[in-house]
Amino acid sequence: MAKTASRIIKVDELARVEGEGALRLRIRDGVIRDVKFRIHEPPRFFEALLRGRIYSDAPDITSRICGICPVAYIMGASQAMEDALGVQVTGPLRDLRRLVYCGEWIESHVLHVFLLHAPDFLGYEDAILISKDHPELVATALRLKKLGNRILEVIGGRAIHPVNLKVGGVYKIPSRAAIRSLRDELQWAVETSLELVKAVSGFEFPDYSYDYNCVALKHKDEYAICEGRLVSSAGLDIPVSEFENHFGEEHVAHSNALHGASDTGAPYLVGPIARYNLNFDQLSPLARTAAQEAGLPRKVDNPFLSIVVRMVEVLYACEEALSLAEAYEEPDEACIDIVPAAGEGFGCTEAPRGICYHHYRLDEQGRITFARIMPPTSQNQKQIERDLWGVVERYMELPDDKLKWRCEQAIRNYDPCISCATHFLKLDVDRG
Amino acid sequence: MAAGKKPRLAVWKFSSCDGCQLSLLDCEDELLAVAEAVEIGFFLEATRAQVAGPYDISLVEGSISTPRDIKRIQKVRRQSRVLITIGACATSGGIQALRNLSDVDAFVNMVYAHPEFISTLATSTPISDHVKVDFELRGCPIDKYQLLEVLNAALNGRKPDIPAHSQCIECKLSGTVCVMVAQGIPCLGPVTQAGCGNICPGCERGCYGCFGPKEAPNPAALSGRLLELGMDLRQTRHFYRSFNTNAGAFRDESARLESIDG
Repeated sequence: MAKTASRIIKVDELARVEGEGALRLRIRDGVIRDVKFRIHEPPRFFEALLRGRIYSDAPDITSRICGICPVAYIMGASQAMEDALGVQVTGPLRDLRRLVYCGEWIESHVLHVFLLHAPDFLGYEDAILISKDHPELVATALRLKKLGNRILEVIGGRAIHPVNLKVGGVYKIPSRAAIRSLRDELQWAVETSLELVKAVSGFEFPDYSYDYNCVALKHKDEYAICEGRLVSSAGLDIPVSEFENHFGEEHVAHSNALHGASDTGAPYLVGPIARYNLNFDQLSPLARTAAQEAGLPRKVDNPFLSIVVRMVEVLYACEEALSLAEAYEEPDEACIDIVPAAGEGFGCTEAPRGICYHHYRLDEQGRITFARIMPPTSQNQKQIERDLWGVVERYMELPDDKLKWRCEQAIRNYDPCISCATHFLKLDVDRG
Repeated sequence: MAAGKKPRLAVWKFSSCDGCQLSLLDCEDELLAVAEAVEIGFFLEATRAQVAGPYDISLVEGSISTPRDIKRIQKVRRQSRVLITIGACATSGGIQALRNLSDVDAFVNMVYAHPEFISTLATSTPISDHVKVDFELRGCPIDKYQLLEVLNAALNGRKPDIPAHSQCIECKLSGTVCVMVAQGIPCLGPVTQAGCGNICPGCERGCYGCFGPKEAPNPAALSGRLLELGMDLRQTRHFYRSFNTNAGAFRDESARLESIDG
């Protein structure tokens, strides 16, 4: 491609992501003039339509923000309501929450790694085509994904939009036998994930790096999933309730998502790489060893390695789920007693794609008067644009179709959930 | 469909959470068989590859909520021999149809700093308000086995076996003890279409209406019972106003309750 050419590269409908988005790049004389995501996923106004509803409606309603990570919304909303109403879920109920969340990580990560992202690395349009050449690989991935869904079903009653989770606990206590029945398949899953980490680490990774400001939850006792303090690689260490003092949303013309930015206006990174970089020491010994053997550095700065990190997290989630299933004893009560009252509460959990923040205010009857939700993809959006800028600079020489695919692959590094962000992508590269 | 040629399938998304089309990818045991039986012409969540229309079967997820959607669904209809809507958004307008009861400008102002960037309709409506729909599959989300049944039926040119009876029938058929009769738990089962596998009563929770109104429901009678069980008028109204808030019988009953409440 001659450097003097004017190029417009566009992707009107980005594939293998959740939701609707587009990308547009404008390059002139070999210099990038503009990089824009467009999110045309229509706005759905969740924060507005929650007003006036009773606090206990929030988990079920917000779960409909996203069919891929409903547990992140159910859990974040429940936690925020519990914070507002002064109760805390502990003991076996807390373990159940962590277990069902492991199920969502397994299901969502395996979906993304093998069905949505691996085709970019292997040069296929989709995973169905991979299955023609590598039937075992796809069959194994589907079995692992099914196990994630199985965990969601056993605890939550349903894989997509689970019904058995609520503010304060669960509707019905899952039986010890039902939870124990997951063990055999989880044992298989731990061994299989180890193999799959190796398989994924053998992919070829484009050359690009960025010094990310990673943001994730950190918990004193465990690799944070359901709770913790918010920490960053820039040294931030705050309770969840201070999130809005340090991070904001910007509303830009080309997007129906509100872009996340730190208080300095700089982009930041949430998700698997952020968690791995900040909480590596809290991974299991097996997961740490697998990461090292897969060639992952202690601090990952190449976003294309996110697929390996995601697979390491699958391995960890399978191990963690196995140990939770083995230790599970039925709680005495399905749910903590809750008395509706006025209050303000905050919740934040590690959705598969990164921190998902909830903030509500309730009146004295426990009705919602204010709601604010920050999904991970909104927070990552600014960083995605920054990465695209760098990837295009690095791979400017590629012909348009290859550059376009490379950009799509770079976007998929984030497993963007456009439905969540309400908000995403057409690549439209304008080299004119 | 031409003989010897695989039927061409397209999956379209409008305003939604992606959960219903994910149900297809969640058919872990059947996905590759489905992919074998059809030619996937358009399915953005799964593939970059696109084959131009016309399509033998189009699955449509999501509701119509922007000016652009209205044009796009007309185009989808023109290209589709059989058009099947999947899920509560596509068949009734979804949770986002709660906006139909409010001032959408106020909603935009509440969520976005620059309302002038946002293009949205005042309503969220089902696909059938805009184009002819050949079959509507209910659920928030749909049940994947019902989806396989509908696909199978469409591929074989027969009527899908999807019952329109209530959740109550499903509970009776599966031997689930009635949570409303036995425990006094408010339940929408008597007016809600079956299809989920009565999972909520199975979890000792009342049905909350994911599958929308059953055929010929009597919600006024149910509301009377819900009030006796201790729900107030507002709670009862909100019970109908969730994922199928804009579905005929639910919409009308919630409006009736609102008029009583004043």
